[in-house]
Amino acid sequence: MRVNLTVNGRPRQADDVWEGESLLYVLRERLGLPGSKNACEQGECGSCTVRLDGVPVCACLVAAGQAEGREVVTVEGLAEPGSDELSVVQKAFVDAGAVQCGFCTPGLLVAADDLLRQNPEPTDADIREALSGNLCRCTGYEKILDAVRLAAARTGEAG
Amino acid sequence: MDFLRPAGWEEALAAKAAHPTAVPIAGGTDVMVEINFDHRRPDHLLDLNRIGELHTWETDGPDIRLGAAVPYTRILEHLRSPLPGLALAAHTVGSPQIRNRGSVGGNLGAASPAGDCHPALLAAGAVVEAASVRGTRLIPVEEFYTGVKRNALAPDELIRAVRIRRATGPQQFSKVGTRNAMVIAVCAFGIALHPDTRTVRTGIGSAAPTPVRARAAEEFLAAELADAGCWDSGRPVAPSAARQFAELAAGACNPIDDVRGTAAYRRRAVAVMARRTLGWVWEAYRGGQGREALCA
Ligand SMILES: Cc1cc2nc3c(=O)[nH]c(=O)nc-3n(C[C@H](O)[C@H](O)[C@H](O)COP(=O)(O)OP(=O)(O)OC[C@H]3O[C@@H](n4cnc5c(N)ncnc54)[C@H](O)[C@@H]3O)c2cc1C
Ligand code: FES
Ligand code: FES
Repeated sequence: MRVNLTVNGRPRQADDVWEGESLLYVLRERLGLPGSKNACEQGECGSCTVRLDGVPVCACLVAAGQAEGREVVTVEGLAEPGSDELSVVQKAFVDAGAVQCGFCTPGLLVAADDLLRQNPEPTDADIREALSGNLCRCTGYEKILDAVRLAAARTGEAG
Repeated sequence: MDFLRPAGWEEALAAKAAHPTAVPIAGGTDVMVEINFDHRRPDHLLDLNRIGELHTWETDGPDIRLGAAVPYTRILEHLRSPLPGLALAAHTVGSPQIRNRGSVGGNLGAASPAGDCHPALLAAGAVVEAASVRGTRLIPVEEFYTGVKRNALAPDELIRAVRIRRATGPQQFSKVGTRNAMVIAVCAFGIALHPDTRTVRTGIGSAAPTPVRARAAEEFLAAELADAGCWDSGRPVAPSAARQFAELAAGACNPIDDVRGTAAYRRRAVAVMARRTLGWVWEAYRGGQGREALCA
């Protein structure tokens, strides 16, 4: 089947989509957007997190056909289009040393970006809860928490 | 495989009647795992995401009519006050990403004994609204679970909504697991005080082939509270009565040993949760929550 959707602000079309395929597969294998990672395919790790109509979801658990006509934002869409600058959250992850192997990073970035949109001054408990669906096997999470605090502080200064 | 994408409810019912083996998909948090792992290859997927009424709720009557596909996150955000037990249970489901997609209709459709909604629905009092082209059936939730991962839906039926009694007193939900997020319950317990009828209702998850109420415990406690005049006086529940309630709750279990825990552990944990959650709801009731209902 054919699926039409908007990805990172641009209308896209995927053809020959199998009806049982996930949105994650469509993004990675059909639309050339491998930023969202495929690790568990069962919603456990969060490395495939994208925003679907503004809401963070596991792309591996959305059927491709359910994304028809919807708006998807992936990690590739976090920075301003056409700009070389990273987004505030991306920059904070780099600066805080929150990236090791980087496999979990795209999902964490989308989840953290969403948290700061909803709640620009999160408490540590808020951060932990917002990121509880994202697993990282490298960092031990402390630097990820640092990165989100840093991004929140920088957003506050800028705003 | 065919992907059916009905734009409205009547169309969805017609599609289910025409293809009774079609697998409905709402949040997909159960269905997609099965498809990704090749555990299921349905001929048809029936997408429910486009059906507006499944994603809304009505609060005008004595019951909350909760659309089958309303995601947990929206229950947490909007229905905490009329449905406190369900909101607490919803908050323990998976992770934010899972709560943004997963629904009560999907939890009922999957009918896992470990589903977190079930103890809350049993304790609050709920009726499943099952619909087909033949009409609508109202199935009390305790009759909805028919076996491990089996439910009372006919092949041509879909869940339209769940009608859940509006809380008139405190409710609690407790779940045992290895961490706070992303945990399938080892076992779970829900309790609701219904001061308007001077009754107590319970629900036990993951400790029998289906979710169950601890009816003997409920009846014992209601009688105990009535005899001791507790509903009016707000006096504490006697420790011996709380212990007996916990024992009877454990007695309602019929658990198995599995990777998540042993049968003996589950019985013990259900007793502990029953005693604790009773303590919490009774404290809240004594503090005034729901006592006004008595004067009505
Ligand atoms: C990582 C992860 C963590 C999880 N953690 C928990 C947890 O902590 N607690 C818990 O209880 N569950 C948990 N689950 C399971 C799942 O999220 C829940 O069961 C959820 O409620 C399913 O809702 P859904 O809308 O996603 O269902 P779907 O996957 O869309 O459907 C589930 C089943 O219900 C049927 N169905 C759906 N809607 C209808 C309808 N309207 N009428 C008839 N049949 C219908 C489907 O055909 C399917 O059989 C978890 C799942 C994942 C992937
Ligand atoms: S790949 Fe989707 S949650 Fe792990
Ligand atoms: S940096 Fe390696 S999994 Fe998180």
